[in-house]
Amino acid sequence: MRSSASRRKLLSSAFVVFCAAAVVVALIPLAFILFFVAARGLSGLNLQFFTRMPVPVGESGGGMANAIVGTLVLAGLAALMALPIGIASGIYMSEYARSRFAGAVRFAADTLNGVPSIVIGVFAYGVAVLPFRQFSALAGGFALGVMMIPIIARTTEELLLLVPGSMREGALALGATRARAVFTVVLPAALPGIVTGALLALARIAGETAPLLFTAFNNRFFTTKLTEPISSLPVQVFTYALSPYEDWQRQAWAGALVLVLIVLACSLAARIATRRLERMHARG
Amino acid sequence: MRRKGRADLGFRCTTGAFASLVVVIVCAIAVVLVMDAWTSIQKFGLAFWYTSVWNPVTGEFGALPFIWGTLYSSVLALLIATPISLGIAVFISELAPEWLQQPLVFLTELLAAIPSIVYGLWGVFVLVPAVRWAEGSLPDRVRELPFFAGPPLGLGLLSAALILAIMVIPFTASVARELLKTVPAAQREGAYALGATRFEAIRAALFYARSGIIAGIMLGFGRALGETMAVTMVIGNSPQVSLSMFAPHYTMAAVIANEFAEASDELYLSALVEIGLVLFLVTLVVNTLSRVLIWTMSRSATAALEPDVAAAA
Repeated sequence: MRSSASRRKLLSSAFVVFCAAAVVVALIPLAFILFFVAARGLSGLNLQFFTRMPVPVGESGGGMANAIVGTLVLAGLAALMALPIGIASGIYMSEYARSRFAGAVRFAADTLNGVPSIVIGVFAYGVAVLPFRQFSALAGGFALGVMMIPIIARTTEELLLLVPGSMREGALALGATRARAVFTVVLPAALPGIVTGALLALARIAGETAPLLFTAFNNRFFTTKLTEPISSLPVQVFTYALSPYEDWQRQAWAGALVLVLIVLACSLAARIATRRLERMHARG
Repeated sequence: MRRKGRADLGFRCTTGAFASLVVVIVCAIAVVLVMDAWTSIQKFGLAFWYTSVWNPVTGEFGALPFIWGTLYSSVLALLIATPISLGIAVFISELAPEWLQQPLVFLTELLAAIPSIVYGLWGVFVLVPAVRWAEGSLPDRVRELPFFAGPPLGLGLLSAALILAIMVIPFTASVARELLKTVPAAQREGAYALGATRFEAIRAALFYARSGIIAGIMLGFGRALGETMAVTMVIGNSPQVSLSMFAPHYTMAAVIANEFAEASDELYLSALVEIGLVLFLVTLVVNTLSRVLIWTMSRSATAALEPDVAAAA
């Protein structure tokens, strides 16, 4: 009896140790990745990286100016497409939360969110590349936009639901139409959250490589023409990472560092904004 | 009053029209994939899925090695990731002091935020050499097993599974954590009252949340199946059906990533799209099942917590 009790206690302690060890085991790769990206990225990162064009193999130096501009162009196109659709669907899902159609939209958004990014790329190829027989920035922006929509829609919905019901009811009680209540009271209250939700979505797609491989493709030259192939930071990192040249590999690490910094900054900002809203919700 | 009603209807229709675009896109993905894959579907039929010749020159396409590589790497990744994810979920929600919870949640979710290409870069230059060294230093007795056959290349299934496991952990852990939170305190208190140890009480809570935990694992599975860049960079990209974890393999997502832009003739392209179509359908089924499980579970949890509210609704 006694030994069984002590065995149970021992098992229990072993379990606690296992759980703590699991956390450590997961954080080790995180630390390793951040360390290597920081250490190797910093050695390749300089002003040239941002201002110069790629140089041919053998010449040292050069940068990713075209890829950085390309990523900005692609992200801008994606946002242009995803913001109106995402925010409007988010408003619909939160305002008419109980309607059957809102359920269908929610289901579609979650489904879209789970579609592998490479499949989105194949879809965008079929819609935006094949008919025009041309890789283009527009096709890349379309692919990234499709990926952004569900993220923006769902965060908008969640954050609008966090806005205290009393605020909306107050506006409606004063005789405001629903549109007026949403646009003058509910949306402004949730706005910081929605903006950071959008930033979070941008951060997610800024690092996406797979859907760009055969939509935006790549371009060694500087371009802002939307109907031409365009370079992007992740695709450039991919190309350089698999190259046998040390100079290119160093630039790949620098590119990875820039990507990680973008992602880190956006997730921190989003976190702060959400917490502020949650506090408001708790007060309301 | 009537004007207000009409304005409200207009608002509902406008936002509804935008919202319907989300549904349209999902349907369009299915339709476009089927259309573009049609040539291949007609030509190869079911044989596409159990033949393993992949020869663009002669126009013969069979997807078996890619399916094998995808399933093998994803399942292996889940075997590694599941115990770790559950340990993390339990530690954060049940064991850690309160001040530690939020930072730990942030750090594990950071794992999900790092772009896939960064994982790939790290994999190529750090993980693969480490795995190569580990493979080489295994005792010969173990190396004779079919799972560890072949030369220690580093580039291969083991590296891919490891990197997938790291990438999947945050997804499974966060679902499991959220659902452990919905387990009524009475479950644990009851267990403690019966003289249970901490492990036994948590085991009871885990059992209570079992369908949610399965949902979390499936969500991770869906992610692993479709993961592209990191896997493409470390798996070795050689189509073969082999049991060896040391051998290079190829996955469905990786073959699309590598060959799509160069696929010149229609049949080749259409075969690649068909692989994408199946990837779409499989992840659709896995994710939907996972969401249904979460939904039923959180519903029954709220019903158990607030019987009056549930009855009133």
